[in-house]
Amino acid sequence: MRSLRPEPQYATLEQQTETAQLGMWMFIATEVMFFGALVFTYFLYRTQYWEQFRLAAQDSKLLLGAINQAILLTSSLTMVMAINFGKEGRQRLLVLLLLATALLGLCFLGVKGYEYFEDYQSSTVPSLNYLLKPGHHPPTELFWVFYFIATGLHAVHLTIGLGLILVLVWLAQRGRFSSNYYSPLEVVGLYWSFVDTVWVFLFAAIYPLGRAAT
Amino acid sequence: MQWVPFWPRDASVTAQSIDMIFIAELALVLVILAFVFGLMIVFGLRYRRGSGANRTGLVKKTWHWEIGWTVGSLAAFLALFVWGANMYVWLYVPPRADLEIYVVAKQWMWKAQHPGGQREINELHVPLGATVRLLLTSQDVIHSFFIPAFRVKHDVLPGQYEAFWFKPTELGSFRLECTQYCGTEHAHMGGDIVVMPPSDYARWLSRQGEHESLAQQGEALFRKYGCSGCHGANSTVHAPSLAGVYGGMVHLEGGDTVRADERYIRDSILLPRSQIVAGYAPVMPSFAGQIGEDDLVKLVAYIQSLSPIDGASP
Amino acid sequence: MTTVTADLPASYLTKENSIASWLLTSDHKRIGLLFFASITFFFFIGGFAATLIRLHLLNPAGTLLQPDMYNRMFTMHGIVMVWFFLIPSIPTTLGNFLIPLMIGARDLAFPKINLASWYVFNISGLFVLFCLFVGGVDTGWTFYTPYSTLFANGYVIPATIAVFINGFSSIMTGLNFVITIHRLRAPGMTWMRLPLFVWAIYAVSLVMLLATPVLAMTLALVALERWMGVGIFDPQLGGDPLLFQHMFWFYSHPAVYIMILPAMGVVSELVSCFARRPVFGYEGMAYALMSIAVISFFVWAHHMFVAGISIYAGIVFSLLTFFVAVPSAIKVFNWTATLHKGSISFDAPMLYALGFVGLFTIGGLTGLMVATLSIDIHVHDTYFVIAHFHYIMVGGTVSAFFGGLHYWWPKITGRLYPEMWARVAAIVTFLGFNLTFFPQFILGYLGMPRRYYAYDPAWQVWNVLSSAGASILAVAYTLPLFYLGWSLFYGERAGANPWRATGLEWLTASPPPQHNFPLTPVVRAAPYQYNPADGSYIAQDGSINA
Repeated sequence: MRSLRPEPQYATLEQQTETAQLGMWMFIATEVMFFGALVFTYFLYRTQYWEQFRLAAQDSKLLLGAINQAILLTSSLTMVMAINFGKEGRQRLLVLLLLATALLGLCFLGVKGYEYFEDYQSSTVPSLNYLLKPGHHPPTELFWVFYFIATGLHAVHLTIGLGLILVLVWLAQRGRFSSNYYSPLEVVGLYWSFVDTVWVFLFAAIYPLGRAAT
Repeated sequence: MQWVPFWPRDASVTAQSIDMIFIAELALVLVILAFVFGLMIVFGLRYRRGSGANRTGLVKKTWHWEIGWTVGSLAAFLALFVWGANMYVWLYVPPRADLEIYVVAKQWMWKAQHPGGQREINELHVPLGATVRLLLTSQDVIHSFFIPAFRVKHDVLPGQYEAFWFKPTELGSFRLECTQYCGTEHAHMGGDIVVMPPSDYARWLSRQGEHESLAQQGEALFRKYGCSGCHGANSTVHAPSLAGVYGGMVHLEGGDTVRADERYIRDSILLPRSQIVAGYAPVMPSFAGQIGEDDLVKLVAYIQSLSPIDGASP
Repeated sequence: MTTVTADLPASYLTKENSIASWLLTSDHKRIGLLFFASITFFFFIGGFAATLIRLHLLNPAGTLLQPDMYNRMFTMHGIVMVWFFLIPSIPTTLGNFLIPLMIGARDLAFPKINLASWYVFNISGLFVLFCLFVGGVDTGWTFYTPYSTLFANGYVIPATIAVFINGFSSIMTGLNFVITIHRLRAPGMTWMRLPLFVWAIYAVSLVMLLATPVLAMTLALVALERWMGVGIFDPQLGGDPLLFQHMFWFYSHPAVYIMILPAMGVVSELVSCFARRPVFGYEGMAYALMSIAVISFFVWAHHMFVAGISIYAGIVFSLLTFFVAVPSAIKVFNWTATLHKGSISFDAPMLYALGFVGLFTIGGLTGLMVATLSIDIHVHDTYFVIAHFHYIMVGGTVSAFFGGLHYWWPKITGRLYPEMWARVAAIVTFLGFNLTFFPQFILGYLGMPRRYYAYDPAWQVWNVLSSAGASILAVAYTLPLFYLGWSLFYGERAGANPWRATGLEWLTASPPPQHNFPLTPVVRAAPYQYNPADGSYIAQDGSINA
């Protein structure tokens, strides 16, 4: 059982774990500014090219996007369950649920990769394979530019999250966590929730566009 | 201001006003500097270590002083802001122009076209005392049109028109500079604004050789590019008539109203789907990539000519 | 290097001396020194570019360098100085070293992230050096589109990658400071007992955290557009070149406050210590720092008055810019008032601090001029603006950095520097600086545009004066290398508190032991409790010193 002394600059372990959480929240704030800048630009062009963006969005793969939404939301559930088991000191269930989260994350990436493949097949990949459909004008390509940048960056962040979860699994196997110390679980869980929340917003901003009943 | 050594020439109706606000601010700046530097020197000497000055009774309630100089600064700053903003509106909202010149910037030269079709490169001849309105665009990157002696400047953007004005008050030749970095020869993208007496200007215009006016050249292009096919009098296609459009208000599909200025006309040619006139179907094709900036300018001039003369600039 | 540390008592310098113990350290003091090495290196790279620029501009025909080379020089000067020197300078060196000491902590909240920040900084430095060696980029440090995305013939993508990665270093450092200041203050160290340097670092860290990500996204879009031709800023494909400017300046305006806020913090420390009296209006000074940080986010389009924004936008941003000038004005008046009834000695750090106040005031007041809409139409993108921002960034930030370096030199190294040479350097800096940059105000009003490799011969006299000043400035900036270096070997040993200052950092040995304090201090006094009448002072642990 590892000694549970805090690092030298901390007076108590509690101070250390609270500080770690605050750090992750602060980091998430910077990510909000990062994605926010992109989303803001997207909405700017979406307002300017009202009709063209709607036309373009009709070719987005709604079913795949929705499946991914479900996958990621479920992974947040498994993550929270993992943290709870970690807090209770139930090692095996902790590891199991961390792995489940990672697996779901991997499924997300798989579906996303397939979606990108489908996008390529339907010639909606800017610069690489983009064909202007009849009745569409050049600004439709801008929609797809934002689609790929936003979902691509999200996928990068998700992959990093996957890596962090696997590190947690490794640490858990070595008995690092107990009911007295589970701070890294909470911190990574917070990051994972952030990744999930970004997807919720991206999904809402991208896929339903142009598919309203009118 | 020419009596001040090294002062730049002021040769436009706005230059003197800008100089005036600048001098006023400079005076305020010098007063504040004298105050701050003066106090630093006085305190530095009087309270240097070892001097016998009285150092007891430090001010405890500093708020009084701080609020004092905060309010004072704020008042001075706001006064400057109002004066500057007021002048800015005067500078950047073009009044009714006597003369409209189209300028197209490209790496690394300025091309100017007079309404009568006369063209110049890196030079612009204008008559003394005329209110000149410039309509500027770029063929490639962002440039900036700057006449130091007139104290005017405006960035020149690709893909859209920018307008500003000046009114020269001195005869002579005044430098034109490009002042937005635009590539290797940015430093040599200069020219001259040549201000002449109106009679000399008229003679100069006629000496430029036979030219069709911009509007006449535009009319030819209007037919060449097929615009008259839909917008002409005998067209079977339901397209808005362009007579009298320029300078007026246009009602758009969706309820908005816009003023039909040069930007609107240009956007209508290049991005026709962005603003549909109320009551018309969105069937006009886009000419983006098909019509160069020089030709666009002529088409705009032609459509301007279809409006009554006294409605010259919106 | 045994002579440096040979008979020093055990400290963070002597604890272990292998290369690994330095390169894998988690000690904030060592990391501060590592950063100091990096930023000094880049300072000289940026300075070299400046030297070439000023030499080239001696001749109006501009024949020393090829046009393309000149254009790349001013770009690299800007990129290197902004991101690789000015932004990191005070926070990563003095900030890293002093924040834990000043708040009574044993280290920063996240020491490993601190070290990672240094490595990330150096990786970004490698990218910028790569860019330099393969030929550079000529877009100006502002990367305006569509020139940078579609027309520039230099290495835009490596340059943007360098700045993107550099941003991570900024964010990591800023995050560490914010969290540390919130959570690791010693008992009794309330917010209103924090030294103003800590307040300044706190304010600047918030700005770094919230603004830098926007730059990252903006440059990522530029790189993508250049690489893939995707039209985000290209009017031909429906993009808006002005959008780039809005996004770029949304970061870059707060960035200039990132460059000045820490300097303001340093100056407050210096002026109070060498005038031997409390800072005039401590609370006002703290609030001023925070308001500058907040308002700085709302003024970005004052860089775009002539760019084609609507006149209403111009009016709004001009008004807000006048507002942001108010807290800076308060600070200048408060520093001046701190001299009143003080007991002033003109040691080198004080000379740098007073130089800062003078030069920053000039720079700030000329800022009012460019904030005035109608004046800006004339002077925008001319040498007037160049002079304005150099007065603040060089006259201001660099002076404060040197002042702080001298002030805390005994604490960092355990040695005293030679005072006479330091005073000479400070005075030569002030004089050389004014000769370099004051003529540029005149050049600007006369109409000389920025980024011109050749110019109207009528402007030559001012350019020659400016270049002459630059040669003096070069001497003033290199002089400290010599005497500070000398002091490491032969300087008199410093005691714990050679300046008789009140901060917690002076209550521990010079240089400090590895974990800063043998026992966590308890704070019982506000900062700057100097009594100018009798020279006594109360340190922040409550101890009274005659």
